[in-house]
Amino acid sequence: MHLTKVLGTLLAATIAALAVTSGAATAPAQATSLTIYSGRDERLVKPIMDRFTRDTGIQLNVRYASSTTLATALVEEGSNSPADVYWSQEPGTLGLVGARGLLKRLPQRTVGKVPSRFSTPSRRWVGTSGRSRVLVYDTRTLTPQGLPRSVWGLTAGRWKGKIGIAPTNASFQAFLGATIHLHGEARVRDWLRGLQANDVKLFPNNTTVVQAVGRGDVEVGLVNHYYLYNVLADTPDLPVRNHWFRAGDPGNLVLAAGVGIVSATKKDAAAQRFVRFLHSKWAQRFIARGPGAAEYPLVKGVPRRPGLRALSTIKGPKYNLGRLSADLTPAVRLLLELGYIR
Amino acid sequence: MTSDAARAVPSPGRRAPLPLVLAATVVSLAASLPIAYLVVRALSADASDRALVSLDATFDLVTGTAVLALGVVAAALAVGVPLAWLVVRTDLPGRRIFGLAASLPLVIPSFIAALALLGALAPRGLLQQALEPLGVDRLPEIQGYWGALLALTLSTYPYVFLLATAGLRGADPTAEEAARSLGAGRVEVLWRVTLPSLRPSLAAGSLLVALYVLSDFGAVSLMGYPTLTTGIYVRYESLLALEAAAILALVLVALAAVVVLLASRFRLRGAIYRSTPGAGRPAEIVRLGRWRWPALAFCSSVVGLFLVLPLGVLVWWSVRADPIAGRAGIAWEAALNSALAAAMTAVVAVVVVLPVALLAWRYPTLLSRTLERLALSPSALPGIAVALALVFLGARVGGFVYQSLALLLFAYLVRFLPYALASTRASLDAVSPRLEEAARSLGRRPLSATVSVVLPLTRSGMLAGAALVFLSTIKELPATLLLRPIGFETLATEIWQGTSLGAYSAVAPSALLLVAIAAPLVYLLSWRNAWELGSPE
Repeated sequence: MHLTKVLGTLLAATIAALAVTSGAATAPAQATSLTIYSGRDERLVKPIMDRFTRDTGIQLNVRYASSTTLATALVEEGSNSPADVYWSQEPGTLGLVGARGLLKRLPQRTVGKVPSRFSTPSRRWVGTSGRSRVLVYDTRTLTPQGLPRSVWGLTAGRWKGKIGIAPTNASFQAFLGATIHLHGEARVRDWLRGLQANDVKLFPNNTTVVQAVGRGDVEVGLVNHYYLYNVLADTPDLPVRNHWFRAGDPGNLVLAAGVGIVSATKKDAAAQRFVRFLHSKWAQRFIARGPGAAEYPLVKGVPRRPGLRALSTIKGPKYNLGRLSADLTPAVRLLLELGYIR
Repeated sequence: MTSDAARAVPSPGRRAPLPLVLAATVVSLAASLPIAYLVVRALSADASDRALVSLDATFDLVTGTAVLALGVVAAALAVGVPLAWLVVRTDLPGRRIFGLAASLPLVIPSFIAALALLGALAPRGLLQQALEPLGVDRLPEIQGYWGALLALTLSTYPYVFLLATAGLRGADPTAEEAARSLGAGRVEVLWRVTLPSLRPSLAAGSLLVALYVLSDFGAVSLMGYPTLTTGIYVRYESLLALEAAAILALVLVALAAVVVLLASRFRLRGAIYRSTPGAGRPAEIVRLGRWRWPALAFCSSVVGLFLVLPLGVLVWWSVRADPIAGRAGIAWEAALNSALAAAMTAVVAVVVVLPVALLAWRYPTLLSRTLERLALSPSALPGIAVALALVFLGARVGGFVYQSLALLLFAYLVRFLPYALASTRASLDAVSPRLEEAARSLGRRPLSATVSVVLPLTRSGMLAGAALVFLSTIKELPATLLLRPIGFETLATEIWQGTSLGAYSAVAPSALLLVAIAAPLVYLLSWRNAWELGSPE
């Protein structure tokens, strides 16, 4: 039987290969290595990881996936997690993971490296960079003077069929959660209904919103400020710019990417060293000004990307990011109820 | 043509051999581990979890998902079956090229298909830019149902095409010749003999298409069409609401069970068996005459829309350098990893499904049917649900198992073993149980009769199954991201890295490499082997 022979040989080879590879995986982890779950994109942060290893001799095993997927994995793994550090794009997922007791309390001096609005009183996580919610607009059809002064203004008839949002995006949901906390659910519900009446276009993520504005499919979109720079890097002549609403507007909410130490870790000292490294001048500068990067550095004395509006001039709403773990659920429930997400 | 009602009734003397039952049970139970886990999760849901899965919303998602699956199955049949017939049974010019080109979209991951279609066909996409001089300043939206239908048809019609091709090649021409000799016209033979003899293949193909649609996330999320899968993702990712996600995932499994049931009903109506291994001789080739022009136009538009257009967009993107990482190099190591992992999965899959398939075919009892359905059911689960179930179980076993290559391969097996099972079953269904009985009555022992008589007749089905598993595994993403050993890059993870920043120039080389790896396999499968296997020995 020719076929069964071939299959038999291949099967034996497979089993042998499995034995070899799983053997390799069992090699005892060195005391000088850390496992990082990174929701930050490999192409943006790999140089930071490499530099850390070069400076400290600590090897890094990095699992790259989306921040939210990694958060789910951390919850499923519970106390058996192989991860030592969770570096996330989203304060919301950090909050949810922290609220389940899966992140350790950080030392005060680590948290003290950044302004207090980029950490939480419980010190489960600390910000590594700042990002602001903005309105992107099509510069071919609009000028800043013609744009709404508040995010509430997007329900005006002028914007019918011309707005793009990404309702499944965690930052959009964080903005809604904060706004519900600040202005009440009824007002946010009316606003979301108003957007629906205005034929708002839904996109799968921020990047596609910016691209849709660039193509002229919609005129304005609600996103985070740095997506514009990601897309500009790919398409330099993109006719799109960022717009901030008036001072204190919920549409200017400033969010953070952040890091936490996983409760299950047995390498607390090395993990803390990694967190401190992310606040080093070098790493902060890289996060803020590396290729394709445009986020705000959070440590004093590190310059932002040239051409970017100063973080201190962005007047967002007064909101404690530590509340997000509680405020996200009503926001998502509202989106589900109104059919934005299903 | 033999219609054999007797085989549905197992005779008392023919009890299934215990080792076969045990082997099939182990495989089916292992495959349904993720579902068992989801049941446990769902049972632990409290009131606030259940509040996230309202009856109305769930009903909407179920109907939305079912309507999409039906649409895609219909479209895949409408594209795949005529294409297969033209390529196998007619003198269509360039049919070998068409045969290869029509199978290749199988390796384009559905989120790449959706991205490329959007890039080309969006209101202000590449096509509109090309038409701008003609005064076209926007094209209609392709978001929503029609966009999802288009992208998923691209990713799935090759299942129907490949299985229909295998079915047409394997079909015994004597039945058609008998019908002709009894005075039936060409069209009548096509309708009353050829197509009905393809039932098992078409049922298997439609089943794979439907299960693919049920589990897909990439295309539906990019096209903005809500399905059960997007609902599951939202609950996992926005809220870490694992229990609510588990409840919806079980609804999806139930929907898949309905699909599996429908497919097996359809498969068995009016069975037509073959009398020899493979085709005793090739079937007669139909001369198309002047019909070859519409036939060529049909084949070219399918290949143009579903292969040339997406690849063209990818090439267009890859021409520009990646602004962040510079020009992306070719990820040779990732390609090797992808190919090896996919090959291992394919080989193991065809071997482990054999007991389940043989048991269900030869001893159709309640137990064997249940085992077969258990093994089929997890394929409807979105990758994230399978992955997280194994994250939970793997982390508890811990040690060298968790995040090892072995666990990743296990995840691939659970997700794609149904592809091997369905196509092995399809070719087994075309084998008359009488053949095995004859071998037994001539003194062969059961195992020997199976190995020497039955398996040779199912070679093409097993090879097709192995190829389908290979081609699905090589592009798998969600389980790969969570379960791979750290540092184990595959082409799919490379592609994901690029798309997550919207820098598509980084995506294209890896996506093109995927197609390049698959091309020779698809070629061998759809032509060389089929001819060799089909030729009289």
